[in-house]
Amino acid sequence: MTKLKEETQKARAGIYAGTYGGQYIPETLMTELEKVDKAFHTLKDDPDFKAELHDLLVNYANRPSLLYYAKNMTEDLGGAKIYLKREDLNHTGAHKINNVIGQALLAKHLGKKRLIAETGAGQHGVATATIAALFGMECEIFMGKEDTDRQKLNVYRMELLGAKVHPVTTGTMVLKDAINAALQEWATRSEDTFYVMGSAVGPYPFPEMVKHFQSVISKESKIQLKAKENTLPDMVVACVGGGSNAIGSFADYIDDPSVKLVGVEAAGKGVNTDKTAATIERGSVGIFHGMKSLFLQNEDGQINPVYSISAGLDYPGVGPEHAALAKEGRAQYVGITDDESVQAFEYIAKEEGIVAAIESCHAIAYVEKVAPTMSKDQIIVCTLSGRGDKDVASIAKYKGVDIDE
Amino acid sequence: MSNLTEIFKNHKAFIPFVVADDPDFDTTVANIVALADGGADIVEVGIPFSDPIADGAVIQAADLRAFASGVRTKTVFDIIAEARKQTTVPIVFLTYLNIVFKYGYDAFCQKCQALGVSGLVIPDMPYESKAEIMPAANKYGIDIIPLITPTSGHRIEKIAKNATGFIYVVSSLGITGERNEFFNGLKDLVSEIKNYTDVPTAIGFGVYTPEQAKTMASIADGVIIGSAIVDIVAREKQAAPKAVEAFTKAIRSAMDEGTKASV
Repeated sequence: MTKLKEETQKARAGIYAGTYGGQYIPETLMTELEKVDKAFHTLKDDPDFKAELHDLLVNYANRPSLLYYAKNMTEDLGGAKIYLKREDLNHTGAHKINNVIGQALLAKHLGKKRLIAETGAGQHGVATATIAALFGMECEIFMGKEDTDRQKLNVYRMELLGAKVHPVTTGTMVLKDAINAALQEWATRSEDTFYVMGSAVGPYPFPEMVKHFQSVISKESKIQLKAKENTLPDMVVACVGGGSNAIGSFADYIDDPSVKLVGVEAAGKGVNTDKTAATIERGSVGIFHGMKSLFLQNEDGQINPVYSISAGLDYPGVGPEHAALAKEGRAQYVGITDDESVQAFEYIAKEEGIVAAIESCHAIAYVEKVAPTMSKDQIIVCTLSGRGDKDVASIAKYKGVDIDE
Repeated sequence: MSNLTEIFKNHKAFIPFVVADDPDFDTTVANIVALADGGADIVEVGIPFSDPIADGAVIQAADLRAFASGVRTKTVFDIIAEARKQTTVPIVFLTYLNIVFKYGYDAFCQKCQALGVSGLVIPDMPYESKAEIMPAANKYGIDIIPLITPTSGHRIEKIAKNATGFIYVVSSLGITGERNEFFNGLKDLVSEIKNYTDVPTAIGFGVYTPEQAKTMASIADGVIIGSAIVDIVAREKQAAPKAVEAFTKAIRSAMDEGTKASV
């Protein structure tokens, strides 16, 4: 246990853990990565940088986000008290903006004029396009062709914001292929370009950087819950694709052992089927997208096609710190299927009047299962990572409802 | 350490690349032999990866053809074993680190030694990340071929000083595939490398024509050509070996001509 803990600490620091993390990326990008690393570690604690970041989070992104007591859900489920951390109420409608503001500020300090990013559901792409517009930077977004088809609204939003959206037609045409394409673009043109990585994945220092900028979620929720209930939560729940909202939701509680941390993966058609994206439950250790972590892959190390109804969770890997937290047993990871998440999409809409992103509904579905097993004096904080407007058309289709887009 | 370095002592080395099992087992074996017969000094064999982030469209398509043929890591080893019955040409593998990691660093390097594969080119394993494979590579005498790129800058010294086999000099930014323009500081890049090491250099990424090969041979100790050959394989399919051999001869004579001219 001690050794595992030590490894986890290193993975947290993003240094060579031997187990997870690291820098496995073409030489072409290494010098640039060194610059990003240096800038991040110099600026993150710099008072001026922090003030600039704070100002944008408050006055542009609408932080702090609400910690909302879901009274109807709590009463209906009849167990633990449920609080929702409303990242869906941020400007651009998801947690992604927290990280994008941070990284775009770094880009500005590095003198970059152009932002590129990958996106799955489109939320990270929209956030990046938004900040690029605000900062007067060029912006190009890489998005799998499969995802540009199922998230047309977000594609149009990005274009409206002045970004160029590249539908990626290689491989399985989803999030991992978008990351491949964005990395290739960065390798071709890094001098004036910053790659805004959207999830807690990739080579060091990206996982640490994304965690740093997303940790505002748990820093706030801790203070907010203290004010409302004068206690820590018993459980924190968040959905996990690459794991950015989850690591941000967990960050400030990792050293509070009484707080149970639960990451909810997309099980697709079921954890034990081939149509799944449940990386931690089904994956094995591998090296891909710049990091050593857990991946869905075959025995030769070829990355498997993955599946989820949710474009944002449709990823064959997971951030290295989640892999480390799972190994150490500090966090628990569970799978929720398409059907369960769609049911939760309808449930939270009807109970609380909140149309939540299908990604976040994976976390909600788990809360529906676990809350009734807990006592009424216990508290769950569940992160609602994004709003669900983007999903309405595809969920209608999933349910067989014919609506005119 | 292998004897790769020795190869560069006689003349400028030509290092062509093919993807294993593209389009099938027998054609790849025949292509390796054809490359050797045509005058290749080292044959670089690609082990397909599902997500080749350093490769352009031509090699990605070749990987897909190999997957359609059902390629496994084991298939690639069998291809080399079969080729070894007909040629002693030095061979290096190009693949992505996950393929080697999953097979096991020790088992993979042992297999390389058994098959007479002298080195590994792993585009997603930078200098800082090679420590974990080095014990196995050293144990079985396999060279880990480092890449140096136009953006390497202050990193050149440590990479060059620790290099064995040869150094893969990346001709330009971005990914593999045909291009008309190369990084205009290639001469300076190679001469900087020479300040730190006697290990030979070979230029690759985007070198496509005999004329370009001639130019690159005047700058470095060797030339690597991938996409141009993979294109021939894509076009000629099972008939590729003959065309591959003819192309190799054309490159060889262009390089020799350039070398004579510069003497």
